[in-house]
Amino acid sequence: MHQLLQQIFSGLAAGAIYASLALALVMIYRATDLVNFAQGEMAMFSTYIAWTLVNAGLPFWGAFIITLLASFLGGMAIERVVIRPVENAPVLAAVVVTIGLALIFNSLAGWIYSYTVQDFQSPFPDRPLFGALITTRDLGVIGVTLVMLFLLFAFFRFTATGLAMRAAAQNPASARLCGVRVGRMLAIGWGLAAAIGAAAGIMVAPVLFLDPNMMGGVLVYAFAGALLGGITSPVGAVIGGLIVGVTENLVGTYLIASQLKLTVAFALIILVLVFRPNGLFGTAILRRV
Amino acid sequence: MAEGFTVVAPEKVAVGRYAGLSTGSWRWIVALALIALASVLPFAVSNYHVFELTLVMIYAIAVLGLNILTGYNGQISLGHGAFFAAGAYTAAILMHHYGVPYWATVPPAAFICFALGVLFGLPALRFEGPYLALVTLAMALATPQLLKYFDTWTGGQQGINLIKPLPPPGLGIDRDRWLYLLVLAVLLLAMRIAANMLHGRTGRAFVAIRDQPIAAAAMGIHTARYKTLAFGTSTLFTGVAGALAAIVIGYVSPEGYSLFLSISFLVGSAVGGIATIGGAIVGGLFIQFVPNLANDISDAAPGAIYGLAMLLFMYAMPRGVVGSLGPWVARLMQQLERHRVGVRRK
Repeated sequence: MHQLLQQIFSGLAAGAIYASLALALVMIYRATDLVNFAQGEMAMFSTYIAWTLVNAGLPFWGAFIITLLASFLGGMAIERVVIRPVENAPVLAAVVVTIGLALIFNSLAGWIYSYTVQDFQSPFPDRPLFGALITTRDLGVIGVTLVMLFLLFAFFRFTATGLAMRAAAQNPASARLCGVRVGRMLAIGWGLAAAIGAAAGIMVAPVLFLDPNMMGGVLVYAFAGALLGGITSPVGAVIGGLIVGVTENLVGTYLIASQLKLTVAFALIILVLVFRPNGLFGTAILRRV
Repeated sequence: MAEGFTVVAPEKVAVGRYAGLSTGSWRWIVALALIALASVLPFAVSNYHVFELTLVMIYAIAVLGLNILTGYNGQISLGHGAFFAAGAYTAAILMHHYGVPYWATVPPAAFICFALGVLFGLPALRFEGPYLALVTLAMALATPQLLKYFDTWTGGQQGINLIKPLPPPGLGIDRDRWLYLLVLAVLLLAMRIAANMLHGRTGRAFVAIRDQPIAAAAMGIHTARYKTLAFGTSTLFTGVAGALAAIVIGYVSPEGYSLFLSISFLVGSAVGGIATIGGAIVGGLFIQFVPNLANDISDAAPGAIYGLAMLLFMYAMPRGVVGSLGPWVARLMQQLERHRVGVRRK
């Protein structure tokens, strides 16, 4: 029982990271109907920025804030420069552009920082709590994610910009007629997604160690989490991410050796999706004929 | 309508005549010239280039398969590498464990991949857009793990080494060139079959389901059957490509069939022209040569150059090379025709 709880908690910590990245994916998907395959590599690159700042002698949280701001601006710039030209192109062209972007970031990080694995210090000490049920580090990761989610929720619920962004995502044409600058809202959406991803990257780096391929696996789990929750639902993305984290951990511990962990975890997720094809919290797409 | 003035409809242009031959005949002449060129090309270049070009054609067959599913039927697959692997391993296991001659392994690989595609297509009927992408992505990720797990058949991590086939005696050509011609023949056959299918009733059903699923169903198209059929034929083509790859490379191992391969197929398909048949060849060229080219340009960050190439291609030709240039060529032909008609009237 004790071990089970331990595994669930450490699964939740991993799940919190998947949830953050899943949230970033959902934000972009809702705004532009596009799965951003570069989300993971963008987060990885942001993490390298944070690593550089910490190595330059900045305190951790100072580096954290600066990285998030830089990522926000970077995300906006990417939307403006890279994504906008394919805004009205076929979906597959946009998908290929995000794949290309992922390759570029991966390769640039390898070029600038080399492919050597780097140690990234966690701001949280690694001490067991509550009779070794959970470590302070896992608790810290879950805490940071919760704070970030709360801030996002408040932003979308209580600010004018948040409302305008929701309008732009839901009905671009009407929003534009009401004076919402849809293009700018899309850019802000990409900026926010990049910042959330950066936070996820910084949180996961102490566990996975920092290297240019760090986020590949994380992105896949985040994608699974986002779809399990329902790609149209931000709340669903978070819950989906947490479920994926716990499932992955439990499957790896109890069901099967780690060789087939990924396969079994995905088989379970797909099984759920067969019965709920729009995810747990997603809304069915209605079509007008 | 004013006298002496006729509107030249596009379909009229298509049956127009140039230098005494109909457009259809010209199309055949150009096609035959290209085939002849492709057949003599291996005798003009080095062995290594012959091998590379053979791989280009194999990738083209795989991309053609993906085009049927993603381009014509609108179902995005991030997992075609898995079917490529299934074809390759079918061929490898038959050759290695049962001593089946290499040429006889392609039909079973085609059959198995068709069956796998139909089986996979059934649950996939419930998924759309990003959900189907996730399911197929999961398959691409699971493939190397599964191949390592069932190691009594697949040779596990080490994979299977195959003996490269010998050309038929008395033909007087070496192994690489024989395989090149063999793969060329399969590619031409595949393109012919795809064209027949896609330009006919079945292809129209595929496109109707892609563009207007509800209207298509209302007009009596059996959506589930055609979607499954699209999946099956698509994976059949890709599986055949996989079997040919195993024969030509002479080696299969789990690492060769990672997610990157599946993504390469998708990229090749988009770059070549997603709902075109000729685009598959451009896609094959892109998959085979652009990463190498990127390596030559920059040792330090080849991935960045490759990624940049994808971006530039998509900006310049969002519908792919053939998808974007095709209509342009057709317009050019129309203008030529108008010009010719105008000249005669004078």
